[in-house]
Amino acid sequence: MTRQKAADAIDAVWRIESARLIAGLARIVGEIGVAEDLAQDALVAALEQWPESGVPDNPGAWLMATAKHRAIDQLRRGKMQDRKHEHLGRELDERQVSPEPELAAAIDDHVGDDLLSLILTACHPVLTTDARVALTLRLLGGLTTDEIARAFLVPKATIQQRIVRAKRTLAAARVPFEVPRGAELAQRLESVLEVVYLIFNEGYSATAGDEWVRPALCEDALRLGRILAELAPAEAEVHGLVALMEIQASRLRARVGPGGEPILLLDQDRGRWDHLLIGRGLAALARAEALGGAYGPYTLQAAIAACHARARTAEETDWTRIVALYDGLAQLMPSPVVELNRAVALGMAFGPAAGLEVVDSLTTDPALAGYHLLPSVRGDLLAKLGRFDEARAEFARAARLTQNVRERDLLHKKGEAL
Amino acid sequence: MRFMTIVKTREGARPSPALIEKIGKLGADAASKGAMVGMGGLGPTSQGARARLANGKITVTDGPFTEAKEVIGGYAIYEVASKQEAIAWTRAFLEAHIGLWDHELEVEIRQMMDDPTKGC
Repeated sequence: MTRQKAADAIDAVWRIESARLIAGLARIVGEIGVAEDLAQDALVAALEQWPESGVPDNPGAWLMATAKHRAIDQLRRGKMQDRKHEHLGRELDERQVSPEPELAAAIDDHVGDDLLSLILTACHPVLTTDARVALTLRLLGGLTTDEIARAFLVPKATIQQRIVRAKRTLAAARVPFEVPRGAELAQRLESVLEVVYLIFNEGYSATAGDEWVRPALCEDALRLGRILAELAPAEAEVHGLVALMEIQASRLRARVGPGGEPILLLDQDRGRWDHLLIGRGLAALARAEALGGAYGPYTLQAAIAACHARARTAEETDWTRIVALYDGLAQLMPSPVVELNRAVALGMAFGPAAGLEVVDSLTTDPALAGYHLLPSVRGDLLAKLGRFDEARAEFARAARLTQNVRERDLLHKKGEAL
Repeated sequence: MRFMTIVKTREGARPSPALIEKIGKLGADAASKGAMVGMGGLGPTSQGARARLANGKITVTDGPFTEAKEVIGGYAIYEVASKQEAIAWTRAFLEAHIGLWDHELEVEIRQMMDDPTKGC
């Protein structure tokens, strides 16, 4: 096996297995930083040995066994100079674990709980949002620091620092590696869902840069969502978020034109929507609703996305139902952005004047002062009412406000077309 | 990236309950790791048909495909970051058959062109 081929294979194995590996080790050593180091050691061993020996039949088990041996070796040799190893020793002492068999058994139990603990820890409220995103992609998504940095268009050193600092914060706060129950679990999951959706959105409509979408980030977020749905199957909002992401991702191909320019929902060729993902999304939505989640924020948004997914043509869209769903969303989490979306739906259901009335009430909202979609939506509604001069001015304003090159071009074109 | 894996084997060979259980577990594992997004098994060729276009002429033949050494038995669809990841899942699938399946088994791993992230 060539070194390159082995490295590619190891890359794939790492993506598949690293989260469970780190999660299983973290429960034993109690600290995700130490767990990640042990997992990395096993990865290094694989990189050394697999080019010679070939990829083992069960690579995940190989990595786990190697990492376990490292943990036990460190313990045996009594080389506990640094803090991490002291910690490892103490944890094992407290559990009165006589290394090999019991340690092995301890890791093999509760894989699901370990993973859930890992994602809850990575998204812990003591961390900043940026740190949560980086740590989640790294520990759960199996991404390298380099890949995360590229995805978010920031220097590698920035991500490295974020991750180091996050691990330090978690250790200092003595965040326990465990799964809380009941209401606390739901509350902690909120933070996880927020992080996953943030990653998705950064891919779905990149806030900065030359490309309007970065599909790899959408895929990473979807994968995290799907994993989460298996880990917390009774949580309606988890399925709601998965439904929302699956349905939105189903449009990825259709929402970018041949020149990389954005194509808006109602102008998309629906034949290019991905029906595998739509089917998965509708199934996840049904699951969320069956669990009583019909009025959760993600499930509501998924229900809105589903209205579009079910319409074979833009004209068939059930805008009245979308307005009703936005009414529900506005009550649940009142926000000017939701209001703006509700205005769009109102405009489609009951005419542009009805939409404009709501949009006009938002123009003085300080939260939307720099938000390019406000003048963009207002421009659309004004254009439909035949007020072209005002519409042009709004599109120009929107173009000045957006950070995204592709979106700016689209807005300029809209203004020029009037 | 989206890959379809197409499983080919001898027609008529039936998996044992032990193998079915093992493959089921593997499928659940792939789903729980967010990698598998669809799968399915195909019925016997006796229930199918073949349609062929040759020299401008269409012929339809009912199954079974008695002349075929191998037929497609099933497929799975994976959403993964690389071809290697699809290969890793396929290796695990084949691995599950060792000792529980007496026939040859071939899996074709093909990237799907309707990948949501392609064709942008």
